[in-house]
Amino acid sequence: MKQLLILSGKGGTGKTTVASAFIRLSEAKAYADCDVDAPNLHLITKHSKTPSRKDYYGMPKAEIDPDICINCGKCMENCRFDAIRVNERSHFVDAFGCEGCGVCEFVCPVNAVSLHPSVAGDLMLFKEGPVTFSTAQLKMGSGTTGMLVSQVKKQMKEASGDIELAIVDGSPGIGCPVIASLSGADMVLIVAEPSLSGISDMERIIKTARIFGVIIAVCVNKSDTNPDNANRIKDFCKLEGIPYAGSIPFDYMAVKAVNKGMSIADIDCPSGAAVKEVFNKTMLLLFAEGRHSQK
Amino acid sequence: MKIAIPADDKNIDSTVCQSFGRTPYFLTYDTGTETVEFIDNSAASSQGGAGIKAAQAIVDSKVSAILTPRCGQNAAEVLTAAGILIYKTESSSIKESLAAFKEKRLGLLQEIHAGFHGHGG
Amino acid sequence: MPGFTDMAVKNLKIAILSGKGGTGKTLLSVNLASAAIASVYVDCDVEEPNGHLFFKPQWNIEKEISVKIPQVDPQKCNGCKKCVEFCKFNALAYINEKLKIFDDVCHSCGGCLLVCPQDALSERKKAVGTLSVGDSEGVHVLSGMMQTGIASGIPIIKELLYQCGSYKDDRPIFIDCPPGSACIVMESIKDADYCLLAAEPTIFGRHNLEMVWSLVKLFKKPHSVVINKCVDQSDPTEEFCKKNGIKILDKIPFDVELGTLNSNGKIAARESKKYRDLFSSLLEKIYREVSHEAAVNSER
Repeated sequence: MKQLLILSGKGGTGKTTVASAFIRLSEAKAYADCDVDAPNLHLITKHSKTPSRKDYYGMPKAEIDPDICINCGKCMENCRFDAIRVNERSHFVDAFGCEGCGVCEFVCPVNAVSLHPSVAGDLMLFKEGPVTFSTAQLKMGSGTTGMLVSQVKKQMKEASGDIELAIVDGSPGIGCPVIASLSGADMVLIVAEPSLSGISDMERIIKTARIFGVIIAVCVNKSDTNPDNANRIKDFCKLEGIPYAGSIPFDYMAVKAVNKGMSIADIDCPSGAAVKEVFNKTMLLLFAEGRHSQK
Repeated sequence: MKIAIPADDKNIDSTVCQSFGRTPYFLTYDTGTETVEFIDNSAASSQGGAGIKAAQAIVDSKVSAILTPRCGQNAAEVLTAAGILIYKTESSSIKESLAAFKEKRLGLLQEIHAGFHGHGG
Repeated sequence: MPGFTDMAVKNLKIAILSGKGGTGKTLLSVNLASAAIASVYVDCDVEEPNGHLFFKPQWNIEKEISVKIPQVDPQKCNGCKKCVEFCKFNALAYINEKLKIFDDVCHSCGGCLLVCPQDALSERKKAVGTLSVGDSEGVHVLSGMMQTGIASGIPIIKELLYQCGSYKDDRPIFIDCPPGSACIVMESIKDADYCLLAAEPTIFGRHNLEMVWSLVKLFKKPHSVVINKCVDQSDPTEEFCKKNGIKILDKIPFDVELGTLNSNGKIAARESKKYRDLFSSLLEKIYREVSHEAAVNSER
């Protein structure tokens, strides 16, 4: 199975718009939404059945029993995450700040602290015939996004069996959810935006992706909003030896389609035609050396 | 010598698990006595650092080599520090992989996939 | 327009956030900060900071941000492995009579130091990013940048917000938050007095607004929405706000000129009167909301 990951660095460049078009064009039997903080892919890929759900447990959270607490303050003194406060009764844990390290439990002289499993999100799996769609929603304020992303990908792999191509819609940024989604990917397509912010962010995501030794390609979305910057990106790719997969113009029809829950490959429009070209180039790069027997 | 391989089930007829750190079990095989044993991998349900924990368990069980399709950087560091060799499996069958190892048909794993190590600096 | 000598708006901390990326957090933060007479702009999107591209500040201070990582004294370590067993993040391994520490997995909780019966562990610093401070006309710019390959930017955000607290004049503080609603966003809005939610008039925008709205409600932050890139089509985000009684402070139409200025790294409010007026009036609305909020609270 070849895994294609769509990233951007900057948010709002069009990862999900491109990913959903690719899914339609390739008729991929497995896809996943790894933007677990703000998943959007399900709004375009149509699913009639309700998914199977599973709780996602992040790090455990500490709890202080107010009846046992003697207010010595040792827990608060040693907590590195500012997760312990005091009220009139006793010390207590701010669950949002708690990282589950267990230091408070260790230092408490009266065993008033214990660690408890904590649900940090919701894993969902849609399985319709041969098609597998894995996604998740992180509970707000949670950490351990990387671990949830790994579970989304694992769920997809396990449920899909032996298939040729899996498409993964990634998250913005360069931190732990992105790093987790890079692990196991065969290729990354970076959707860049021709703005100063977009270029800066694209450079940082390329730097991050290079650590993983995956095939990297770049395409420019909303390319006509700033042709000068779009060319800068093309030149940058040439200089860095990164394959340029094409450009997609800004398209009002695209916004309309997406708002109706359709991919741009579903309708006849300029961005739809352009994304087909990007898709073809991407597939050539991904399958160029022939199939690996593993993964 | 004793070797280990990540296993999807507690059964020699089962498949090689694709993940080293989060494999549910490790099958250990003694090439001399041909004894087969299973280790439960407690790292499978770890929040993080699963590769490290799994590798520590392997180190503690006195294994000389592991056979695996993939291995992460953190786990590889632990194993290499302990002098444990990492071989790359080709087949998804445990039995096939063990046979391939005995017949010296397996090569060392070259592509260690990255962990978080700050290469970006 | 109320100046910042008005009690309610002294050192006002306004966080600008959105569930979805690319909705205009930086556009709003940068331009609002520029429209104020004097202000502080804090870029908490430490993974992908962009504010400095617009302000192009004269940097005065550059500080390395580091976290504490354990290190072992091999003479004192007796291999009891209590630290390995304690570590909830599995950042330690004991092999061939040597303790191995995995920097990037370590969460700097300090627990291993506490559990070691031999006092064999101490701490060293590991750089995770930088904090830069500079000025651009009337705006004091604080920008944090996380090193690539690091998992979490929280230590940098903590330092950025701590630095904000050190200003003695009364200027308002604009906090440009990371996208989403995970722990890094929570950290960024912790001390905010007011939250401005940037949203897009698309189904993605509406869907992601819901998450971030839940977050500001949970933290009991007074808030309102600005819908950006509005076009003459049905707006699922506006409908959502109306349905849930969320105040829409402004609707900025999709504007090619604004978009182009922005994509070229220009601060629209500094380029033309038209945009200066747009953002000044939005700023005034925010001050009014805050004053009203303060008045209501004092009556309780």
